[in-house]
Amino acid sequence: MARVIVDVMLKPEILDPQGQAIARALPRLGFDGVTGVRQGKRFEVELEGPADEAALAEVRKIAETLLANPVIEDFTLHVE
Amino acid sequence: MSSARVGVITFPGSLDDRDAARAVGLAGAVPVPLWHDDHDLKAVDAVVLPGGFSYGDYLRGGAIARFAPVMTELIPAARAGLPVLGICNGFQILCEAHLLPGALPRNGTLHFVCRDQRMRIENNSTAWTSDYAKDQEVVIPIKHGEGRYVADAATLDALERGGLVVARYLGENPNGAMNDIAGISNEAGNIVGLMPHPEHAVEELIGAPGTDGLGFFTSILKKLVNA
Repeated sequence: MARVIVDVMLKPEILDPQGQAIARALPRLGFDGVTGVRQGKRFEVELEGPADEAALAEVRKIAETLLANPVIEDFTLHVE
Repeated sequence: MSSARVGVITFPGSLDDRDAARAVGLAGAVPVPLWHDDHDLKAVDAVVLPGGFSYGDYLRGGAIARFAPVMTELIPAARAGLPVLGICNGFQILCEAHLLPGALPRNGTLHFVCRDQRMRIENNSTAWTSDYAKDQEVVIPIKHGEGRYVADAATLDALERGGLVVARYLGENPNGAMNDIAGISNEAGNIVGLMPHPEHAVEELIGAPGTDGLGFFTSILKKLVNA
Protein backbone atom coordinates (compact mmCIF):
# COMPACT_ATOMS: atom_id res chain seq x y z
CA MET A 1 0.00 0.00 0.00
CA ALA A 2 1.34 3.38 -0.94
CA ARG A 3 -0.05 6.81 -1.42
CA VAL A 4 1.02 9.06 -4.28
CA ILE A 5 0.25 12.74 -4.10
CA VAL A 6 -0.50 14.59 -7.32
CA ASP A 7 -0.45 18.36 -7.09
CA VAL A 8 -2.10 20.19 -9.97
CA MET A 9 -1.50 23.91 -10.49
CA LEU A 10 -2.59 26.31 -13.20
CA LYS A 11 0.40 27.19 -15.36
CA PRO A 12 2.10 30.39 -14.20
CA GLU A 13 0.94 32.29 -17.28
CA ILE A 14 -2.73 31.37 -16.76
CA LEU A 15 -4.73 33.93 -14.78
CA ASP A 16 -5.92 32.48 -11.45
CA PRO A 17 -8.85 34.63 -10.34
CA GLN A 18 -9.58 32.34 -7.38
CA GLY A 19 -6.07 32.78 -6.02
CA GLN A 20 -6.34 36.52 -6.57
CA ALA A 21 -9.61 36.67 -4.66
CA ILE A 22 -7.98 34.87 -1.73
CA ALA A 23 -4.98 37.19 -1.83
CA ARG A 24 -7.26 40.22 -1.77
CA ALA A 25 -9.10 38.88 1.27
CA LEU A 26 -5.95 38.46 3.36
CA PRO A 27 -5.27 42.11 4.23
CA ARG A 28 -8.88 42.46 5.35
CA LEU A 29 -8.24 39.64 7.80
CA GLY A 30 -5.13 41.32 9.10
CA PHE A 31 -2.58 39.20 7.25
CA ASP A 32 -0.03 41.50 5.66
CA GLY A 33 3.07 40.80 3.64
CA VAL A 34 1.51 38.30 1.21
CA THR A 35 2.33 39.25 -2.35
CA GLY A 36 0.35 36.55 -4.12
CA VAL A 37 -1.72 33.37 -3.79
CA ARG A 38 -2.34 30.71 -6.40
CA GLN A 39 -4.87 27.97 -5.87
CA GLY A 40 -4.44 24.38 -7.05
CA LYS A 41 -5.70 20.87 -6.48
CA ARG A 42 -4.19 18.01 -4.52
CA PHE A 43 -5.08 14.39 -5.28
CA GLU A 44 -4.22 11.51 -2.94
CA VAL A 45 -3.97 8.38 -5.05
CA GLU A 46 -4.00 5.13 -3.04
CA LEU A 47 -2.17 2.22 -4.65
CA GLU A 48 -2.74 -1.48 -4.12
CA GLY A 49 0.97 -2.24 -4.24
CA PRO A 50 4.21 -0.36 -3.69
CA ALA A 51 4.95 2.97 -5.36
CA ASP A 52 7.62 1.52 -7.61
CA GLU A 53 8.67 2.98 -10.91
CA ALA A 54 5.97 1.18 -12.88
CA ALA A 55 3.26 2.36 -10.50
CA LEU A 56 4.53 5.93 -10.62
CA ALA A 57 4.56 5.83 -14.39
CA GLU A 58 0.93 4.74 -14.22
CA VAL A 59 0.00 7.57 -11.85
CA ARG A 60 1.80 10.00 -14.11
CA LYS A 61 -0.38 8.76 -16.95
CA ILE A 62 -3.50 9.23 -14.80
CA ALA A 63 -2.38 12.75 -14.00
CA GLU A 64 -1.76 13.80 -17.57
CA THR A 65 -4.86 12.04 -18.93
CA LEU A 66 -7.46 13.06 -16.37
CA LEU A 67 -6.32 14.86 -13.22
CA ALA A 68 -4.66 17.75 -15.04
CA ASN A 69 -5.48 19.46 -18.30
CA PRO A 70 -2.00 19.94 -19.76
CA VAL A 71 -3.27 22.85 -21.85
CA ILE A 72 -3.61 25.02 -18.76
CA GLU A 73 -2.19 23.03 -15.83
CA ASP A 74 1.10 21.54 -14.62
CA PHE A 75 1.35 18.69 -12.14
CA THR A 76 3.93 17.17 -9.80
CA LEU A 77 4.01 13.75 -8.12
CA HIS A 78 5.47 12.63 -4.85
CA VAL A 79 5.15 9.54 -2.70
CA GLU A 80 3.90 10.01 0.82
CA MET B 1 -39.07 18.29 -42.84
CA SER B 2 -35.95 16.85 -44.39
CA SER B 3 -34.46 13.53 -43.46
CA ALA B 4 -31.19 15.04 -42.21
CA ARG B 5 -30.62 13.53 -38.77
CA VAL B 6 -28.83 15.54 -36.09
CA GLY B 7 -27.91 13.70 -32.90
CA VAL B 8 -28.00 15.40 -29.51
CA ILE B 9 -25.99 13.65 -26.80
CA THR B 10 -27.38 13.51 -23.27
CA PHE B 11 -24.84 13.10 -20.49
CA PRO B 12 -25.83 12.81 -16.85
CA GLY B 13 -26.07 16.48 -15.92
CA SER B 14 -26.82 17.80 -19.42
CA LEU B 15 -29.40 20.58 -19.20
CA ASP B 16 -29.93 21.92 -22.69
CA ASP B 17 -30.25 18.70 -24.64
CA ARG B 18 -34.00 19.14 -25.08
CA ASP B 19 -33.66 22.76 -26.16
CA ALA B 20 -30.97 21.72 -28.63
CA ALA B 21 -33.18 18.94 -30.01
CA ARG B 22 -36.05 21.42 -30.29
CA ALA B 23 -33.84 23.87 -32.18
CA VAL B 24 -32.78 21.10 -34.56
CA GLY B 25 -36.45 20.33 -35.21
CA LEU B 26 -37.41 23.98 -35.68
CA ALA B 27 -34.68 24.30 -38.28
CA GLY B 28 -36.28 21.42 -40.17
CA ALA B 29 -33.98 18.49 -39.35
CA VAL B 30 -34.76 15.36 -37.36
CA PRO B 31 -33.33 15.42 -33.83
CA VAL B 32 -31.99 12.06 -32.68
CA PRO B 33 -31.37 11.52 -28.95
CA LEU B 34 -27.99 9.94 -28.23
CA TRP B 35 -27.04 8.52 -24.84
CA HIS B 36 -23.67 9.00 -23.14
CA ASP B 37 -23.40 5.33 -22.17
CA ASP B 38 -23.98 3.90 -25.66
CA HIS B 39 -21.23 3.10 -28.11
CA ASP B 40 -23.63 4.20 -30.81
CA LEU B 41 -24.03 7.36 -32.89
CA LYS B 42 -27.13 5.88 -34.58
CA ALA B 43 -25.74 6.82 -38.00
CA VAL B 44 -26.59 10.52 -37.52
CA ASP B 45 -25.36 13.12 -40.00
CA ALA B 46 -24.20 15.63 -37.35
CA VAL B 47 -23.97 15.88 -33.56
CA VAL B 48 -24.69 18.58 -30.99
CA LEU B 49 -22.98 18.41 -27.59
CA PRO B 50 -25.38 20.40 -25.41
CA GLY B 51 -24.87 22.68 -22.45
CA GLY B 52 -25.13 21.69 -18.83
CA PHE B 53 -22.87 20.16 -16.21
CA SER B 54 -21.95 16.72 -17.52
CA TYR B 55 -21.09 14.30 -14.72
CA GLY B 56 -21.48 17.28 -12.38
CA ASP B 57 -18.41 18.83 -14.02
CA TYR B 58 -16.39 17.34 -11.18
CA LEU B 59 -12.68 17.90 -11.68
CA ARG B 60 -13.11 20.33 -14.63
CA GLY B 61 -15.93 21.13 -17.03
CA GLY B 62 -16.08 18.35 -19.61
CA ALA B 63 -13.12 16.44 -18.19
CA ILE B 64 -15.06 13.27 -17.39
CA ALA B 65 -17.60 13.50 -20.23
CA ARG B 66 -14.72 13.30 -22.63
CA PHE B 67 -14.23 9.64 -21.65
CA ALA B 68 -17.91 8.67 -21.99
CA PRO B 69 -18.55 5.60 -24.18
CA VAL B 70 -20.35 7.68 -26.81
CA MET B 71 -17.29 9.94 -27.04
CA THR B 72 -15.08 7.03 -28.05
CA GLU B 73 -17.31 6.84 -31.13
CA LEU B 74 -17.65 10.59 -31.63
CA ILE B 75 -13.97 11.57 -31.42
CA PRO B 76 -12.78 9.54 -34.44
CA ALA B 77 -15.96 10.40 -36.38
CA ALA B 78 -15.40 14.12 -35.78
CA ARG B 79 -11.78 13.80 -36.85
CA ALA B 80 -13.04 12.12 -40.01
CA GLY B 81 -15.34 15.06 -40.79
CA LEU B 82 -18.64 14.49 -38.96
CA PRO B 83 -20.08 17.95 -38.18
CA VAL B 84 -20.09 18.55 -34.40
CA LEU B 85 -21.33 21.61 -32.53
CA GLY B 86 -20.37 21.91 -28.86
CA ILE B 87 -22.36 24.48 -26.91
CA CYS B 88 -21.06 25.74 -23.55
CA ASN B 89 -20.39 22.48 -21.66
CA GLY B 90 -20.18 20.91 -25.11
CA PHE B 91 -17.41 23.37 -26.02
CA GLN B 92 -15.59 22.42 -22.81
CA ILE B 93 -15.92 18.74 -23.74
CA LEU B 94 -14.51 19.40 -27.25
CA CYS B 95 -11.50 21.18 -25.70
CA GLU B 96 -10.95 18.42 -23.12
CA ALA B 97 -11.16 15.86 -25.94
CA HIS B 98 -8.54 17.88 -27.88
CA LEU B 99 -10.90 18.19 -30.84
CA LEU B 100 -10.49 21.95 -30.43
CA PRO B 101 -7.44 23.74 -28.98
CA GLY B 102 -7.35 25.73 -25.75
CA ALA B 103 -9.37 25.46 -22.55
CA LEU B 104 -12.24 27.15 -20.71
CA PRO B 105 -11.38 27.75 -17.05
CA ARG B 106 -13.26 29.83 -14.47
CA ASN B 107 -14.50 33.26 -15.59
CA GLY B 108 -12.04 36.03 -14.82
CA THR B 109 -14.60 37.77 -12.64
CA LEU B 110 -15.43 34.52 -10.76
CA HIS B 111 -19.08 35.38 -11.41
CA PHE B 112 -21.54 33.18 -13.23
CA VAL B 113 -22.78 35.32 -16.12
CA CYS B 114 -26.28 35.01 -17.55
CA ARG B 115 -27.24 37.62 -20.10
CA ASP B 116 -28.09 38.37 -23.70
CA GLN B 117 -24.74 38.96 -25.31
CA ARG B 118 -23.85 40.81 -28.48
CA MET B 119 -21.32 39.06 -30.68
CA ARG B 120 -20.05 38.93 -34.23
CA ILE B 121 -20.07 35.84 -36.44
CA GLU B 122 -16.64 36.25 -38.01
CA ASN B 123 -16.39 32.97 -39.86
CA ASN B 124 -19.40 31.98 -41.92
CA SER B 125 -17.66 29.20 -43.81
CA THR B 126 -18.03 26.49 -41.17
CA ALA B 127 -20.62 23.72 -41.33
CA TRP B 128 -22.58 25.52 -38.60
CA THR B 129 -22.43 29.18 -39.64
CA SER B 130 -22.99 29.36 -43.40
CA ASP B 131 -26.45 30.93 -42.96
CA TYR B 132 -24.94 34.03 -41.35
CA ALA B 133 -23.44 36.92 -43.24
CA LYS B 134 -19.74 37.38 -42.61
CA ASP B 135 -19.28 39.65 -39.58
CA GLN B 136 -23.02 39.60 -38.87
CA GLU B 137 -23.78 40.97 -35.42
CA VAL B 138 -26.14 38.83 -33.37
CA VAL B 139 -27.50 38.67 -29.83
CA ILE B 140 -27.42 35.23 -28.22
CA PRO B 141 -27.73 34.30 -24.53
CA ILE B 142 -24.71 33.24 -22.53
CA LYS B 143 -24.87 31.48 -19.15
CA HIS B 144 -21.72 30.04 -17.66
CA GLY B 145 -19.27 30.22 -14.80
CA GLU B 146 -16.39 28.64 -16.69
CA GLY B 147 -16.15 30.12 -20.14
CA ARG B 148 -12.97 32.16 -20.26
CA TYR B 149 -11.31 30.95 -23.43
CA VAL B 150 -7.55 30.58 -22.97
CA ALA B 151 -4.84 29.22 -25.22
CA ASP B 152 -1.11 29.75 -25.57
CA ALA B 153 0.16 32.54 -27.79
CA ALA B 154 1.00 30.25 -30.71
CA THR B 155 -2.48 28.71 -30.67
CA LEU B 156 -4.18 32.10 -30.50
CA ASP B 157 -2.06 33.30 -33.36
CA ALA B 158 -2.97 30.24 -35.44
CA LEU B 159 -6.68 30.74 -34.68
CA GLU B 160 -6.56 34.39 -35.69
CA ARG B 161 -4.45 33.90 -38.79
CA GLY B 162 -6.52 30.92 -39.90
CA GLY B 163 -9.80 32.77 -39.46
CA LEU B 164 -10.88 30.09 -36.99
CA VAL B 165 -12.51 32.48 -34.53
CA VAL B 166 -16.16 31.80 -35.29
CA ALA B 167 -17.75 34.23 -32.83
CA ARG B 168 -16.31 37.16 -30.90
CA TYR B 169 -17.94 39.06 -28.03
CA LEU B 170 -18.84 42.68 -28.68
CA GLY B 171 -19.08 45.26 -25.94
CA GLU B 172 -17.94 44.23 -22.50
CA ASN B 173 -16.06 40.93 -22.44
CA PRO B 174 -18.28 38.79 -20.19
CA ASN B 175 -15.70 36.32 -18.87
CA GLY B 176 -12.18 37.53 -19.62
CA ALA B 177 -11.81 35.31 -22.71
CA MET B 178 -8.60 35.93 -24.61
CA ASN B 179 -9.15 38.04 -27.73
CA ASP B 180 -12.87 38.22 -26.76
CA ILE B 181 -13.30 34.73 -28.20
CA ALA B 182 -16.82 33.31 -27.91
CA GLY B 183 -16.42 30.40 -30.31
CA ILE B 184 -13.88 28.69 -32.54
CA SER B 185 -13.73 25.99 -35.17
CA ASN B 186 -11.18 23.45 -36.34
CA GLU B 187 -9.44 24.02 -39.64
CA ALA B 188 -11.82 21.76 -41.56
CA GLY B 189 -14.76 23.77 -40.23
CA ASN B 190 -16.80 20.72 -39.22
CA ILE B 191 -16.17 21.09 -35.47
CA VAL B 192 -17.38 24.28 -33.79
CA GLY B 193 -17.34 25.15 -30.09
CA LEU B 194 -19.40 28.03 -28.70
CA MET B 195 -19.91 29.44 -25.22
CA PRO B 196 -23.15 31.20 -26.25
CA HIS B 197 -26.37 29.21 -26.46
CA PRO B 198 -27.92 29.53 -29.93
CA GLU B 199 -30.54 26.90 -29.01
CA HIS B 200 -32.05 29.43 -26.59
CA ALA B 201 -32.61 32.00 -29.32
CA VAL B 202 -34.64 30.19 -31.95
CA GLU B 203 -38.23 31.30 -31.33
CA GLU B 204 -39.80 34.74 -31.27
CA LEU B 205 -42.14 33.76 -28.48
CA ILE B 206 -39.61 32.53 -25.92
CA GLY B 207 -36.21 33.14 -27.50
CA ALA B 208 -34.88 35.62 -25.01
CA PRO B 209 -33.53 38.19 -27.45
CA GLY B 210 -34.95 36.85 -30.72
CA THR B 211 -34.07 34.17 -33.21
CA ASP B 212 -30.43 34.98 -33.89
CA GLY B 213 -29.37 31.48 -32.84
CA LEU B 214 -31.43 29.62 -35.41
CA GLY B 215 -28.77 30.14 -38.09
CA PHE B 216 -26.48 27.53 -36.50
CA PHE B 217 -29.17 24.88 -36.97
CA THR B 218 -30.36 25.97 -40.41
CA SER B 219 -26.73 26.12 -41.56
CA ILE B 220 -26.09 22.48 -40.72
CA LEU B 221 -29.38 21.43 -42.25
CA LYS B 222 -28.52 23.20 -45.50
CA LYS B 223 -25.11 21.57 -45.53
CA LEU B 224 -26.55 18.11 -44.98
CA VAL B 225 -29.31 18.51 -47.53
CA ASN B 226 -26.92 19.82 -50.16
CA ALA B 227 -24.26 17.22 -49.38
